[in-house]
Amino acid sequence: MFKKFSPSTDIAGQSALKSSVQRSIRAQLLETLSIDAETLEQIWPKKENLIQVKCREHITIFTLHGVPLFFQHFDDKIMPSLRLVHKYPSMLPHVKIDRGAIRYLFAGAHMMCPGFTSAGGALPPADAALPAGTVVAVHCEGKEHAAAVGILKLSTEDIKKVNKGVGVEIATHLGDDFWNVQKI
Amino acid sequence: MADDEQPTQPIAGPSTVLYCQGTRATLVGGFTVLTDPFCFLRHARCTTLFSAVCSLPPEYCEFGSHLSKCKAWLEDAYPGLYQEYYSEEALASKVGTLSLDKQAKLEADVAKAEAKAEARAANEEKKKAASKVIIKRIERQKRKYVTSIAGLETFGVDLKKASKALAQRFATSAAVSKTPAGGEEIVVAGDVADDLLELIEDASEGKGNKTSAMFKDVPPDACEIVEEKKKKGGAGAGGE
Ligand SMILES: [Zn+2]
Repeated sequence: MFKKFSPSTDIAGQSALKSSVQRSIRAQLLETLSIDAETLEQIWPKKENLIQVKCREHITIFTLHGVPLFFQHFDDKIMPSLRLVHKYPSMLPHVKIDRGAIRYLFAGAHMMCPGFTSAGGALPPADAALPAGTVVAVHCEGKEHAAAVGILKLSTEDIKKVNKGVGVEIATHLGDDFWNVQKI
Repeated sequence: MADDEQPTQPIAGPSTVLYCQGTRATLVGGFTVLTDPFCFLRHARCTTLFSAVCSLPPEYCEFGSHLSKCKAWLEDAYPGLYQEYYSEEALASKVGTLSLDKQAKLEADVAKAEAKAEARAANEEKKKAASKVIIKRIERQKRKYVTSIAGLETFGVDLKKASKALAQRFATSAAVSKTPAGGEEIVVAGDVADDLLELIEDASEGKGNKTSAMFKDVPPDACEIVEEKKKKGGAGAGGE
């Protein structure tokens, strides 16, 4: 999503959000992220206004004091930035790719099912299965920190069953152009 | 190795995360100017500058392309972590489920990427030394001018911010526009070529205000004023 993204050319405009919109974003975040209102308050205090940064290709970045916290493509689910996920590692459910897949992740590829089902990968057990469309943090074999944020293309059970094709569509990964934007 | 399951209780506060500073950056005049040309990730503050800090969590440096610099930094700054990531045992266990030839291939690729990044950085450095800032005085109609400034990005100038500042400074309008060659330039309404050169000269001597600070890394010697007279049938003057 953020290939060749450059803040100086790809940002169309910034604006403060209406308080009604802020409220609905807050509600949406509490729904998608596994954080409580208190934690969200730490991340984004109620009295502070989120700034909406409109970018090319229908990407919207939400910043607080210039720091990108969340982003959104069209009106898909709002996703947290990878740096935010690093700060609150449990805000998203985890999936894990094997070591062999890491380099493809860094090259900007979407993650294929076998990367999750092989010995080094991991998916939640059947009783904690995640449906398609869930925003997940992609972790890597042998690493502590999440390396990407993406959306499940298939449910985790289907990834195990089908075991081919794209399992997770990567929205942002370590080292991509969004990662490198620390302030807008 | 990493715990996969979500913690059951709510998290108390944000965890602190260490990011690699294997290549160091210093903040100059609002722009991050990298003191180390050997990196390949482009940094936000200087998107048009070729280099950037590694900035990955150090455990991922092996997937970046300046591993040796990252390792040197980590060993110096966090010897404990260095042991954890790069000691013999760590290297042996790191391979995980990856087969040995795949690991060897990965390492070879990383080394290749690193060499490539260094070559690219050296190349950019050379290009920078040879590059020019062209200030063009363009006649649009009789005695109506616009001034275009191309090549600033090579010297770490954020074009969008600079164009805003210039518009304010010269009480006119300015915009960033694409050049036919695929680059970008700032186009300022009115003839401000000489004022602009003066501003850049002042800036390089450390004089002036916030506007000139943006241009402080632009060497005046690299600037050149060019005239473009109005021609019949106009040979595609910049921006239109
Ligand atoms: Zn590094």
